[in-house]
Amino acid sequence: MLSEFNNYFWPVLVASITILGIVGCYILLKLTGKKNNANDTNSTSGHIWDEDLEEKNNPLPRWWVGLFVITIIWGLIYLWLYPGIILTDGYLKWTQLKQYQNELDTADKKYAAMYRDYGQLDLDSFINNRKAIKIGKKIFLNNCAQCHGSDARGTKSFPNLTDHDWLYGGEIKDIKTTIINGRNGLMPPLGSIGTKNDLWDVAHYVKSLSGSKHHPMKAIRGKEKFGICASCHGLDGKGNQTIGAPNLTDQIWLHGESLEGIVHRITYGIKNEMPAWKDRLTPDQIHLVSLYTRMLSREDQ
Amino acid sequence: MQEKVVSLYQSEKKIYPREILGFYAKWRWFFVWITQIIFYFTPWIEWGGRQAVLFEITSRKFYIFKYVFYPQDLIYLSGILIISALGLFLFTTLAGRIWCGLSCPQTVYTEIFLWIEAKIEGNFIKRERRDKSNWNINKIFIKLQKHMVWIIFSIWTGFTFVGFFTPIKPLLNESIEFSVTGWSLFWIIFYGFLTYFNAGFMREQVCKYMCPYARFQSSMFDQNTLTMIYDKDRGEPRKGKSDGKQGDCIDCNICVQVCPNGIDIRNGLQYECIFCGLCADACDSVMKKVNKPGNLISYTTPIILKNNLSFSKKMKIFLRPRITIYSLILISIIGLFFYKLENRYDFKFNVIRDRGILSRVDKNDMLQNVYRLKIMNVGLSNDRYNLAVDGLPRIRIDKKTIKNLRIELDPVESDTYVVTVEIPNKSKQPGNYPINFLLRKLGSDNVLFEKSIFVVPKDENKKK
Repeated sequence: MLSEFNNYFWPVLVASITILGIVGCYILLKLTGKKNNANDTNSTSGHIWDEDLEEKNNPLPRWWVGLFVITIIWGLIYLWLYPGIILTDGYLKWTQLKQYQNELDTADKKYAAMYRDYGQLDLDSFINNRKAIKIGKKIFLNNCAQCHGSDARGTKSFPNLTDHDWLYGGEIKDIKTTIINGRNGLMPPLGSIGTKNDLWDVAHYVKSLSGSKHHPMKAIRGKEKFGICASCHGLDGKGNQTIGAPNLTDQIWLHGESLEGIVHRITYGIKNEMPAWKDRLTPDQIHLVSLYTRMLSREDQ
Repeated sequence: MQEKVVSLYQSEKKIYPREILGFYAKWRWFFVWITQIIFYFTPWIEWGGRQAVLFEITSRKFYIFKYVFYPQDLIYLSGILIISALGLFLFTTLAGRIWCGLSCPQTVYTEIFLWIEAKIEGNFIKRERRDKSNWNINKIFIKLQKHMVWIIFSIWTGFTFVGFFTPIKPLLNESIEFSVTGWSLFWIIFYGFLTYFNAGFMREQVCKYMCPYARFQSSMFDQNTLTMIYDKDRGEPRKGKSDGKQGDCIDCNICVQVCPNGIDIRNGLQYECIFCGLCADACDSVMKKVNKPGNLISYTTPIILKNNLSFSKKMKIFLRPRITIYSLILISIIGLFFYKLENRYDFKFNVIRDRGILSRVDKNDMLQNVYRLKIMNVGLSNDRYNLAVDGLPRIRIDKKTIKNLRIELDPVESDTYVVTVEIPNKSKQPGNYPINFLLRKLGSDNVLFEKSIFVVPKDENKKK
């Protein structure tokens, strides 16, 4: 906790104010409890305003004072239990992180039984189980939708999960592997394979693979240079799911379809990362969300 | 002059109110019965296979007979609070602290605890004498008896209270097996303890030092507000205080003895007075015995007391503009409240724009925005719903969404639906456009509107 402070000044100041405040409350309570009164004929508090306006002494009940004392004692106990005085960790060694972790553990324990029923579902029974779909959807919306979009159709650089273009394979077990360990997509920079014009030619060839708009002559020239690309994307440009090399023949452009963009990516390469979820989701949750994702692409058929 | 030390704190003297039965005391008991029957029996009522009144905090569903409320229904809670506040204004202006004297839980439980105390310990004289006597087996036994009954009653009260928040029948089984745990146990004990402590020991101290309502009530009084008044002109001088003319007050002190708040009403209106009317009951009973007219202490206003007003003039005082206006406002708000309650749709929804996707252009050259719709069925039947969108030319829900969108919800179920909305690309200048989602319950004309924004980005075309 001290790491947030570069010296002892602030913690000591805060601790002193806290303790002085508590002690001060007690002293104040003691001091104001009695009043020396010179002229106590009507049991007034001794205050007189505007010549004759007196304040009647209407004593506070003792139990009320007792409550005040209890709060003072409670304040001290609290400071002892919790890291209220920043210099100590407190008797309970409480931290926000521990409390958060405890709550997570409790929730995991609570919901584990519910998830266990769904951990064994296959795709067909999943699609017919409205409750399972609902839970799968919730997990997706809470964890995956930030990047892939709520409708799972992605956006630039974040893959669309509802088409049939699977970078790493679309079987349940492939999807699970992707979610569990994450994926690191890497296209190396290949700017050195030729001149700038050569790179443009390759880009035109790549566009021609999917029948997109391209310059035929440049594309023919580019084909000669495509060999080095083929080691990952395949000679036919259909990609390779074991290493996540995208299919170039399907008019699906994860990072955009402009020629400039393609040239840029050939020149400088590109990295794309899907984080690993094995520490965030339980195996049953991963199973459910994999089924849900698979279902979305099936619906498209 | 002599210096003297005055303590600003003091121990409160215990009050031993004398029992009395009369007009006001009967009203008081009437309200004790009414409020307690409602409190102790409501949780046991069944409604359509569930507990009729149940406030489920964990699932955030609040059942009151045929109604199910959700946190989104906060407006109805506000309505109840507004009605209560206006009711407070009206009744305080009209009749002062009548709530305090007749039906406040503090009053009601104190009354019940006093009754138990009187049954076990005897009347107020015996009680005071026993408290002052030395401890012996008999005193311990009697005190033990009283506290046992108090505690059993308090635990039952705490149990009933928890029964409003967690199903009471399983709770009863758990209680019989002593297997109640967690927050239920805490609240049974805590609420029970507060009942025991406040009604058994704190009593009038709560009204005097804790209750905020008691302190700001006076600002709602006016000179025509009904208060407990001792007719000084008729009563004074008291018996034995003067050799000549004598008032009706025989100075028997019974009005002081019965007062649960330990004041003497003959000193005029005091802040401790809760308008319970027990002094008036007591005084009337004595006046009857000495063959004098009653109402020496009565619940009235100074003007009515001083002048012998006709019925219509009295009504004019009671129906003064302030009261009439308060009543009209109160009645119209109650009417509005129930009108809204009866006509509320039994489904709700709200729309959140997708946080991940600003917009995208799909391969059919449509500009798409994504929305999450949270739809809740708060009714009692399984229902299906239709969704539509408008607000821009040629705006529509995209085909893929429509193909898979089947909004069907069981009673009290809610779900999130993802909807992709599209317009032809480049059909609009870049900017944010308001659009509407319309949700209709199938088989009804109930349509809910919900606003959202459709974003047409600046450089979507360039980026490609």
